[in-house]
Amino acid sequence: MTRALVNVPKTAKRGDVIDVRAMIAHPMETGYRMGPNGVPIPRDIITRFECLYDGEIVFAAEFFPAMSANPFISFSTVATASGTLTFRWTDDAGKVETATAEIAVS
Amino acid sequence: MRARWPALGLALLAGGVAAGEIGPSERRSGRDFMSAETRAMQADDNSNPGMLWVLQGEQLWSDPAGSKNLSCASCHGEATESMKGVAARYPAFDDASGKPIDLAGRIARCRTERQGAEIPAREGDELVALTTYVAHQSRGLPVAPPADERLAPARAEGRRLFETRMGQLDLACASCHDDNWQGRLGGSAVTQAHPTGYPIYRLEWQAVGSLQRRMRGCMVGVRAEPFAYGSDAYVALEAYLMSRAAGMAMETPGVRP
Repeated sequence: MTRALVNVPKTAKRGDVIDVRAMIAHPMETGYRMGPNGVPIPRDIITRFECLYDGEIVFAAEFFPAMSANPFISFSTVATASGTLTFRWTDDAGKVETATAEIAVS
Repeated sequence: MRARWPALGLALLAGGVAAGEIGPSERRSGRDFMSAETRAMQADDNSNPGMLWVLQGEQLWSDPAGSKNLSCASCHGEATESMKGVAARYPAFDDASGKPIDLAGRIARCRTERQGAEIPAREGDELVALTTYVAHQSRGLPVAPPADERLAPARAEGRRLFETRMGQLDLACASCHDDNWQGRLGGSAVTQAHPTGYPIYRLEWQAVGSLQRRMRGCMVGVRAEPFAYGSDAYVALEAYLMSRAAGMAMETPGVRP
């Protein structure tokens, strides 16, 4: 079950710079920690985050083990047209979690 | 003098503890001790990571569970209506078991007895998320401990535990949270221990956890043996802490460092 919170302004004027925020629940286990009896806890992190605006990547980030759990990303982009912002998080196992938000541009 | 007048010494000590109690006008939520950045993180639902658990709790609320295939919503309907102010009244007296029960305990009971599901783990994601979701419905409402006489013994017991020195460091909760709440301990604010934001997202945990988990942290900190999750002692402490915070606004999900 994807637990993600994305925040995109519902409306904007064409050419506006909009703030976009995205947060996902993820343990971001570094792989450096030991569990009970010294057994290493396997690494489990999100390695890539992408934001697509009507199918075109407007923001992407690579994540590394130093990133905290439940990573929060904030960035800005330019409102060009009404459409969908798709957020994609890809983890070590190749599993992709997505979330979407709509924006109406006038 | 104390050796000659042990009774007087004890009376002075008891008087000292009472004097350390925080007056109603002096009470401050843990939020007021945090940095501006952490306060901002809690204030904005889009940056408050506790909202991820609220989101999960919202889904669990309407997901059928257990052998009876009932969801919480099957009986309680919309949580935004039915659960408003509920968390502010817990721990409450449970007629079935004849003792006080906390919110997580009540939800666990509902899950096993009414829905026929497995007993959810105390600090497991499912129970924590549901508790957070239910408590979130009370956000902004004042803590309102019920005027139930049957809760009085638990509150008294909670107070006794709060003021009992324990562990290798020989500290009572009151040693810090009543007597030295203005101070700092290892760089962190001590605070007054008002449980207004629970379950909280604690940055140190990188997860949402219950008040009992937080108290466990303090007990381990003073090198005492923590109580078992869900034990009467923790519920008594919760009952006392909530009565101590009566009237303060609920903040669930709070963010704490």
